[in-house]
Amino acid sequence: MATKILLENIEAPGLATFDCYRKLGGYASVEKALKSLSPDSITQEVLKSGLRGRGGAGFPTGMKWNFIDKKSDKPHYFICNFDESEPGTFKDRHIGQLNPHQLIEGMILGSYALGARSAYIYIRGELFYVLNIIEKAIDEAYQKGFLGENIMGSGYSLDLYCQPGGGAYICGEETALIESLEGKRGNPRIKPPFPALVGLYNCPTVVNNVETIANLPWIINHGADAYAALGTLKSKGTKLISACGHINKPGIYEIELGLPVEEFIYSDEYCGGIRNGNQLKAVVAGGSSVPILPAELILKTAKGEPRLLSYESLEEGGFQTGTMLGSGGFIVMDHTACIVKNLLTFARFYHHESCGQCSPCREGTGWMEKILRRIEAGKGSMKEIDLLADIAKHIDGTTICPLGDAAAWPVSSAIRHFRSEFEEHIIQQKCPFTK
Amino acid sequence: MQNEHTTIEFPPETLALVNRIIKRYPEGRQKSALLPLLHIAQSENKGWLSTEMMDYVAILLDIQPIEVYEVASFYSMFNLEPVGNCLIEVCQTGPCWLCGAEEILAHFEKRLGIKSGETTADGRFSLKTVECLAACGNAPVIQVGTDYHENLNIQKVDELLDTWQAENKNSHSNPYL
Amino acid sequence: MSLYKVSIDNIEVEVEPGTTIMNAARKIGGNVVPPAMCYYSKLEGSGGKCRTCLVKVAQTSAVDTRPMPKLVASCRTMVQDGMVVQNITSPEVLDARKAITEFLLINHPLDCPVCDQAGECDLQDLSYEHGLEETRTTEDRRTFEPIDIGEYIKLNMNRCILCYRCVMVADQITDKRVHGILNRGDHSEISTYIKQAVDNDFSGNMIDVCPVGALTDKTFRFKSRVWFTNPFDAHRDCPHCSGKTVLWMKGKEVLRVTGRKDKYGELEEFICNDCRFHHKEVTEWVVEGPRKIERHSVISQNHYENLSDDKKLKP
Repeated sequence: MATKILLENIEAPGLATFDCYRKLGGYASVEKALKSLSPDSITQEVLKSGLRGRGGAGFPTGMKWNFIDKKSDKPHYFICNFDESEPGTFKDRHIGQLNPHQLIEGMILGSYALGARSAYIYIRGELFYVLNIIEKAIDEAYQKGFLGENIMGSGYSLDLYCQPGGGAYICGEETALIESLEGKRGNPRIKPPFPALVGLYNCPTVVNNVETIANLPWIINHGADAYAALGTLKSKGTKLISACGHINKPGIYEIELGLPVEEFIYSDEYCGGIRNGNQLKAVVAGGSSVPILPAELILKTAKGEPRLLSYESLEEGGFQTGTMLGSGGFIVMDHTACIVKNLLTFARFYHHESCGQCSPCREGTGWMEKILRRIEAGKGSMKEIDLLADIAKHIDGTTICPLGDAAAWPVSSAIRHFRSEFEEHIIQQKCPFTK
Repeated sequence: MQNEHTTIEFPPETLALVNRIIKRYPEGRQKSALLPLLHIAQSENKGWLSTEMMDYVAILLDIQPIEVYEVASFYSMFNLEPVGNCLIEVCQTGPCWLCGAEEILAHFEKRLGIKSGETTADGRFSLKTVECLAACGNAPVIQVGTDYHENLNIQKVDELLDTWQAENKNSHSNPYL
Repeated sequence: MSLYKVSIDNIEVEVEPGTTIMNAARKIGGNVVPPAMCYYSKLEGSGGKCRTCLVKVAQTSAVDTRPMPKLVASCRTMVQDGMVVQNITSPEVLDARKAITEFLLINHPLDCPVCDQAGECDLQDLSYEHGLEETRTTEDRRTFEPIDIGEYIKLNMNRCILCYRCVMVADQITDKRVHGILNRGDHSEISTYIKQAVDNDFSGNMIDVCPVGALTDKTFRFKSRVWFTNPFDAHRDCPHCSGKTVLWMKGKEVLRVTGRKDKYGELEEFICNDCRFHHKEVTEWVVEGPRKIERHSVISQNHYENLSDDKKLKP
């Protein structure tokens, strides 16, 4: 049985209560850390573990922590990014709803390592019911002495709060999240300076994803080496993959990084194959923003090697023939799915979520949606396919934050791999998939 | 907190909640409480934010009214126009679309006799399409108040609507309580 | 502190640490200076939004000789010692700038013939230099009705490019800001939300910082095309501001009063509403002489700047 770090006890009845979580070994890492580990040694351990940010960018967590301005005499802040809203991604809700104490335990470790005395969990406003579950767990953690003044007599004190968003995907971008937490519009900041130097209230700040933080207790309990022993060379540990779309068993699976994509899709342990015995057509492997791949390229790389669920294997071939692990939002489409219509829903999404601050994204996302709407309805022209690709090309890399790239990549990749399907819409003057 | 320009005043237990929330942030950073307060204000005002209500929030946080308008109009969960007692939000993004969200929306529209973005004449229901609710594994998904309803099909939509119609569903309770 | 050596389009310049690429380029001057639609050196936090000033950093510094992975906003990126920047020598930059110009124009009305800003409009200049000859959009443009915001300012939201400068003026040189950016994405707009007047002694500067014709002077509306008026530096004793202005005249008539703008279109000093709106008699001013239009603008396309002083129109 593969090692489970995040979902080990997820089905235990009452896991969201302190007593149940504690009985299963919860908060042991906090005891260990506060009694015997210095903040720096925790950072070193996280660095050594090879843990990479699980929100989508995959930046090494320990390295991000190391950037924090240790010399600054301003307060330090640790923030959990629970603004999960990348289409196809629904793993963090699972942790927050069923295992909030593991997140809180990770928050204590991260805060201690970073010297934070206040920490916030910023959770998308739509998930208010999860916010209430976490707040209840936080209350319990205060009562049991794991939060508040002088935790377990260690002299270390921490306050932890939940903050609701208001409905804005952009607040998953860490500087937009910080702006939002300051009570402002979710406009990403221009970087540098990075939050590690100038973050919340202009103080040194680290923002990490829910899943990233929930890994910390295990790393401290079992050691960096045990974590690094899992996975592949560049993809250490386990990853939650949230699988959805045209599969028999949609859901959240914890895999050891490096699992073959083919096994993930067809094994009964995971997705259980394509629904109704249909044919696999395409996969968006890491949340809506990563390039879509046709069946042959998601199962095998262009070199003919089996494609694995790892950062490096999914990136194999670059954007020409590869994609990204992203947030682990795994969207599967069978042969009945219209790639253009699916893309249109993504284009509408990014248009809706653009903050409007910088011109390529503000103007370009809406333009792409309008063209796609025409093509999908059979009213487009051939040269509009090239126009669409050209707009995407010029949003990519020219915007303040990665939302522009995220809006452009699905468009570029769909045209790259499924151009004939766009053309079919134009030739038939209708969507070929409508009956 | 002085209430100079408006007749709005939260009930004492809501004001106590507001004060607890404001204490979560450092001195002088009370504007951080704006999003939590807008959620509360909206629930106290039948699910939408009137100008008066936003001005009241500005007073509670000692900020300019425009700072509230800017923020309230940025985030999609805040309604700047009146909505029905029960606001039904139907996810339309990729994964939900792949699993039949259009049929679900069409069925709501048929049963309620309104289009997305509209409110029934009796003011009991409003229908709105929204973008990804991050519950894609259980698509199609809708949100009503703080509740998610997942794995929907036509039959489940009928059952939900029957229940809400019978109980005169109100989806605008204070999300914190 | 020792100066940083920077190369922009193969021209070397030495600047203080903490200088942006934009300001290093301005120190060199000429056509290596990237266009700026949102950056405004006198407004804190401005810039980074319009993306017209994107440049390529071919070498990050003398120590780190790698290029930066993406084009960067020159107005918000600090130079490093030994940095190598490409602006007009980079085809990638010029291609991106052309695209940005197109993005800025897809929702911009083609109403220059009836726009008071025509002739001194930064977007007009930008599209003159970087625009496409044809329009690739067939979509409807977003439309708003022009409204009055306050007694002196007309807001024509159709023309706004969301540079945020007017919001920063309101935040930084007036108190109690009443207008701001509402909504999000391409629905964003400048607004007071409720019908409310922008009313304070320095609000007129919002007109001067506006790079396009979104905010115009109601006291000047439709009086004349700017190129039929002649600018004169003038001053008066003013208790509120420096009193140093430019009078835009037709014959003996003062049609408009504005602040004095430098060659990058930025105000040298903010002026008060009293000077701007309430002193339209030439006798109220000490006229210093004709103002040289240094700006590289559509006005200058008629080579006004090349006329010898004696050929320039005089009041």
